[in-house]
Amino acid sequence: MEASTIMPDEKADCLRRGRRDDSALARPEVLAGARAVLPIAVAATAFGVSYGILAREAGMGVVAPIVMSFTTFAGSAQFASASVLEQGGALAAAVLAAVLLNLRYLAIGISVAPSLRGPLVRRLAEAQLAVDESWAIGQENGRVMRGRVVGAGLMLMVGWCGGTVVGVIGGGALGDPSAYGLDAMFPALFLALLVGLVKDARAKRAALTGALIAIALLPVAPPGVPVIAAVAGALIAARSRS
Amino acid sequence: MTEAWIAVAVIGAATIALKGAGTVVLGGRPLPARFDAVVALLAPSLLAGLVVVQTLEGDDGIALDARVAGVAAAAVALILRAPLLVVLACAAGVAAAARALGAA
Repeated sequence: MEASTIMPDEKADCLRRGRRDDSALARPEVLAGARAVLPIAVAATAFGVSYGILAREAGMGVVAPIVMSFTTFAGSAQFASASVLEQGGALAAAVLAAVLLNLRYLAIGISVAPSLRGPLVRRLAEAQLAVDESWAIGQENGRVMRGRVVGAGLMLMVGWCGGTVVGVIGGGALGDPSAYGLDAMFPALFLALLVGLVKDARAKRAALTGALIAIALLPVAPPGVPVIAAVAGALIAARSRS
Repeated sequence: MTEAWIAVAVIGAATIALKGAGTVVLGGRPLPARFDAVVALLAPSLLAGLVVVQTLEGDDGIALDARVAGVAAAAVALILRAPLLVVLACAAGVAAAARALGAA
């Protein structure tokens, strides 16, 4: 019994750091992630409702949008594909729009991978929970806190999928979430977490370069491309001295 | 109906693959030191990109609307070292107020 050979608080500390080859999640960390993301999960729920309504209008039926919210679990891509279908666009165009928007998950997946623990299936399952907001909330001193990503990701999934169910079943009472300014909460969250991350010159350079690339590409590149291109900021900053 | 299910299946599979690719390729191994520096810088660059895009993205490139006011209010709250909940409330409140006053 290895557990009996170390003090309980020592074990908790190891789990928190994720250093041990242990796939068990530290409960306080999971709860901290869920709590931190709560206001954003409320906004995600409201957007889940409007996604459900749009998907229904796009002729996607009731079950398909709900399945999509669980499996794709990415708001912008789901909105984009439903909009294309709703406007009578081609299926290929809907798929292309969604895949371009989700290219950033390649970078998020790479960022979160070193923090994941346990067998491959488990790590893959946890990687699915690393969406923009949960991944952002998991940031701490240049590394990703796995428990926080999982807690925040599960909370967001409950909100987004629950909202989708309400939307497809016929909820429309809430109206447009943007009228309540809920759309401004997402960039505000990313900004708040970014401020906590840019402590040294390299991180500042990475952020500034990423922001400039995104602004430059916004007017010319298709949706999704400016965000993934911002990652070049990391490559450029990593090459710079200090 | 069928078209919707094809979209759900293909987009779902692609997204799951994109999210999981890093985990499969990197395995559970620690990264080589050089690569480590880039991965550590992914977060600031990607977060900055997300801030820019989600604040400014419009139907036709850049759009300056109520979101800009909301994020500016959040920035002021951050400078004043407000807790996250207050920062988010400022963003939503100011953006909602700007919209109520007629901003897009």
